[in-house]
Amino acid sequence: MDIFLQQILNGLVLGSIYALIALGYTMVYGIMGLINFAHGEVVMLGAMVTITIVNALVNAGVSLPGPVILAIGLFVAIPACMLVGFTIERIAYRPLRGAPRLAPLITAIGLSISLQQIAILIWGRNYIPFPPILNQDVVTFFGASITKLQIFIIVLCLLIMTGLLVMVEKTKLGRAMRATSQNPSVASLMGVNVNSIISATFVIGSGLGAVAGVMVATNYDQAHYYMGYLIGMKAFTAAVLGGIGNLGGAVLGGILLGIIESLGAGYIGDLTGGFLGSNYQDVFAFVVLILVLIFRPSGLLGEKLADRA
Amino acid sequence: MSLLDVKNLQVAYGGIQAVKGIDFHIDQGELVTLIGANGAGKTTTLKTLVGMVKKASGAISFDGQDTAGIHSHDFVRRGLVMVPEGRGIFAKLTVEENLLMGAYARDDKAQIQVELARIYELFPRLKERFKQLAGTLSGGEQQMVAMGRAMLSRPKLLLLDEPSMGLAPIIVQKIFEIIRMVAAEGVTMLLVEQNARLALEVSQRGYVMESGKITLGGNARELLDDERVRNAYLGE
Ligand SMILES: Nc1ncnc2c1ncn2[C@@H]1O[C@H](COP(=O)(O)OP(=O)(O)O)[C@@H](O)[C@H]1O
Ligand SMILES: [Mg+2]
Repeated sequence: MDIFLQQILNGLVLGSIYALIALGYTMVYGIMGLINFAHGEVVMLGAMVTITIVNALVNAGVSLPGPVILAIGLFVAIPACMLVGFTIERIAYRPLRGAPRLAPLITAIGLSISLQQIAILIWGRNYIPFPPILNQDVVTFFGASITKLQIFIIVLCLLIMTGLLVMVEKTKLGRAMRATSQNPSVASLMGVNVNSIISATFVIGSGLGAVAGVMVATNYDQAHYYMGYLIGMKAFTAAVLGGIGNLGGAVLGGILLGIIESLGAGYIGDLTGGFLGSNYQDVFAFVVLILVLIFRPSGLLGEKLADRA
Repeated sequence: MSLLDVKNLQVAYGGIQAVKGIDFHIDQGELVTLIGANGAGKTTTLKTLVGMVKKASGAISFDGQDTAGIHSHDFVRRGLVMVPEGRGIFAKLTVEENLLMGAYARDDKAQIQVELARIYELFPRLKERFKQLAGTLSGGEQQMVAMGRAMLSRPKLLLLDEPSMGLAPIIVQKIFEIIRMVAAEGVTMLLVEQNARLALEVSQRGYVMESGKITLGGNARELLDDERVRNAYLGE
């Protein structure tokens, strides 16, 4: 049926964005056992920076094709977010290494709020629209429609995620990252500078977050200082669903969550006899989170908790 | 001049003194054993040598240089390599990935491949299992991975912390064969062992450590004959 296929397509768009963000959570968790709740705010900053650059170029009357303008914004946003991620780790998390787990957790929440406040100071509290510079052509098949932009989002996400997985599995840096996540002190004996690896992890995760932020902004045509909170929580849910610490799990969890959410949104009206509308879409992520935590806390691809002695 | 020279080394964990002012040295090409009961401070001594634990006082010089202030990840580049107690295998890396971690600090790719092939010649078992996750290997095989990995680090001085721990007697024999083999390649070694007899038998010199102090030291043969060593560590 077309509504089913339509919701699957919507879910894929949403899910690949979740997956990209979930990778940031899961990489950091894998390396240092920390949930970086400020990651959602990095995503927000990526969107904000890009929109600002794009608006500035458009207002200045620069006559470049839309995708080029967007690419310029992105190439500013990615290093900006990488710098934010790097700084967060250096000043907020590094001094707390070896501290009880609650300390970095509270710090993460504090960072989240601080970054939102900084965003308010720079951009204010209003929604910032994304200018209509991108082709909104729609492709239709089997009664479902998807924009070319959305196809591009899905393909780009898959490419980036594949690239990351290959990097982690096949390169020397990736091997060092995996070794560090398993046993940092032994990795250090082999010559691995554990601090650099941790920095690299934050930088890479933040770069992915920046790209995801831009995708969210273009997909919804707007950005907002608070947008990182909800999407961050959902991506975190995706990471837990896939098995936190597991990269493949983050991808799987993200895509699954996107599909569950959009199928849920598509059918919730029918299921509840019209009592609940598709605006309850956001509930699904958290229902999923609760169910996973009850029935399979280690996630779909995660190892059993008992293995993590 | 000795390859390693340790003077009046003291190490403490909080208020607890684990190493209470020890002196020892290792010369180029030697195999030296450090024996002692559980809790004597042997592991602490090794960890301090590679910067994993900070010393309270004293001086360590390696290859003619004071090692104070060197980061633990820089020791391998200077040729000071340790196989930690419990082997320190990366359980979820494959055998080959574990071995290659030993060459992490090197850039000579072609030469690394040559040496990797030699490790596989020495340990055919590892070659058969090169794609297997190291955590699924037996204890003896894991010790082979740890030794092979250390050799790929090109050590000038190799520190081995209880390589025979938890292994069946027949495997222990095999591990000591490997130690002899590595020594024959010219690698200088400091061996920490509970298995005092085997350790002293392969070594040129030995030290005995008791509650943070070195109480005896000398020629390995003489230590094997020493009354106190025989009573306390050789079960006679
Ligand atoms: N991380 C640590 N924190 C506090 N005390 C420690 C630590 N590691 C070792 N110790 C103590 O230091 C002493 C020496 O331990 P260790 O060096 O492991 O001895 P050995 O290797 O000879 O068995 C012991 O009393 C041990 O309890
Ligand atoms: Mg010990």
